[in-house]
Amino acid sequence: MTAITPRDLPAPIGLLAELTHRCPLGCPYCSNPIELDARAGELDTATWQRVFGEAAALGILHVHLSGGEPLTRRDLADLVAHCAHVGLYTNLITSGVGLTRPVMTRLAEAGLDHVQLSIQDSEATSADHIAGYQGAFARKREAAALVQEAGLPLTVNAVIHRANVARAGAMVALAITLGARRVEIAHTQYYGWGLRNRSALMPSRDEAKRAIAEIERLKVLHAGTIVIDHVAPDYHARYPKACMGGWARRSLNVTPSGRVLPCHAAETIPGLEFWSVATHALSTIWADSPAFQAYRGTDWMQEPCRSCARKEIDWGGCRCQALALAGDAAATDPVCMLSPNHAVVAAIAEAEGVQPVAEGPIDYVYRRMPARSGASSASD
Amino acid sequence: MISLALDSKPRLPRGVRLKHDAVRNEWTLLAPERVLKADLVAVEILKRCTGDATITAIVDDLASAFKADRTRIESDVQTFLADLAAKRMIDL
Repeated sequence: MTAITPRDLPAPIGLLAELTHRCPLGCPYCSNPIELDARAGELDTATWQRVFGEAAALGILHVHLSGGEPLTRRDLADLVAHCAHVGLYTNLITSGVGLTRPVMTRLAEAGLDHVQLSIQDSEATSADHIAGYQGAFARKREAAALVQEAGLPLTVNAVIHRANVARAGAMVALAITLGARRVEIAHTQYYGWGLRNRSALMPSRDEAKRAIAEIERLKVLHAGTIVIDHVAPDYHARYPKACMGGWARRSLNVTPSGRVLPCHAAETIPGLEFWSVATHALSTIWADSPAFQAYRGTDWMQEPCRSCARKEIDWGGCRCQALALAGDAAATDPVCMLSPNHAVVAAIAEAEGVQPVAEGPIDYVYRRMPARSGASSASD
Repeated sequence: MISLALDSKPRLPRGVRLKHDAVRNEWTLLAPERVLKADLVAVEILKRCTGDATITAIVDDLASAFKADRTRIESDVQTFLADLAAKRMIDL
């Protein structure tokens, strides 16, 4: 394959808009960066609206309004209304904390298309411990009911890790009870805070395998009732995931302060130059940003990817994971059994994927804003 | 495959909509985390899924509009809608 030029560059489909990094929850598996953007640096309403207009013109179809917790943005309904105005499909990705009836009504009237609600576990005590927020579980039940009442489709998403891996099936059952048409069961991906907490999150290989088998069984059992999208755990796989459907091929991510990334973890790769919506049009960034060009297509690949028949299936896997585990962002994702560094992954899965001997709640490094940034301001 | 009652009235639920994508010059069916390309046959079926018409009426209408074999159309419509129902992208 020759180098991709902007002329034959496919248009992106999805935009992940991280409206804020502020979040009431502290989930230890969060893939946001350790260095969170402070409120003071967040893009204002007009800038986000311009970005959404540019996104629609560029060919984006889906906008994922995410964070942090997007409900902490008081202009959320205005942003949704603008997306609807320019023809974008809006997906609100939320913890549910902060979703009141008036807020839900305003969002529905603004034209919101879909709500994706996170749950941390099927049991309240464990769920609240994982979220680092007392009462979160109960509020999520209320949020799901409000989404139903507003007539919007609901997806429930659950991230699987050591503390809840035994209840993967129970979380699917909870999603059905909550009225979801779709549930995403995703084993933890170790980026940002998730990487920081990896040894507290990694389930054993046996636990992971049991959960995978159960979810696959439920997929068939519940066909026509709920759609189950299942992201299997990468550290136990044979081939890597086609991360982002290939670097800079399908989607882009805008951070709270306006940096545009090919994926939400891309800032973990040193030396990449990210352009901002403050200085460049989105179409220019998509076509020419050095960070997007760095691993686009297949020309950057090393062996064993370069000559691999799967190179346009999994696109070399994940660049951030290659950096984290092999020390080189251009290496084959070490999750791949063909990677010369694959033994590193197996060793981590063995060493960290052990059940804690002690009973009781697991200690996490909760995702929090740095205290000095003043990010969780009194006006929230 | 889910079997559909011919007297059910298919309707796109909120959160699932047909959109003409001007950038790519094609029709798409947008749904949560899904983008399906809709060919011309799909577009004609989907435009009739308003919640007012039964599957039988939709098939009759298509057969008459396109002067096509009714049996074949009924089979196409059934297959297409059953697939969408399995994806929870249509209400019956």
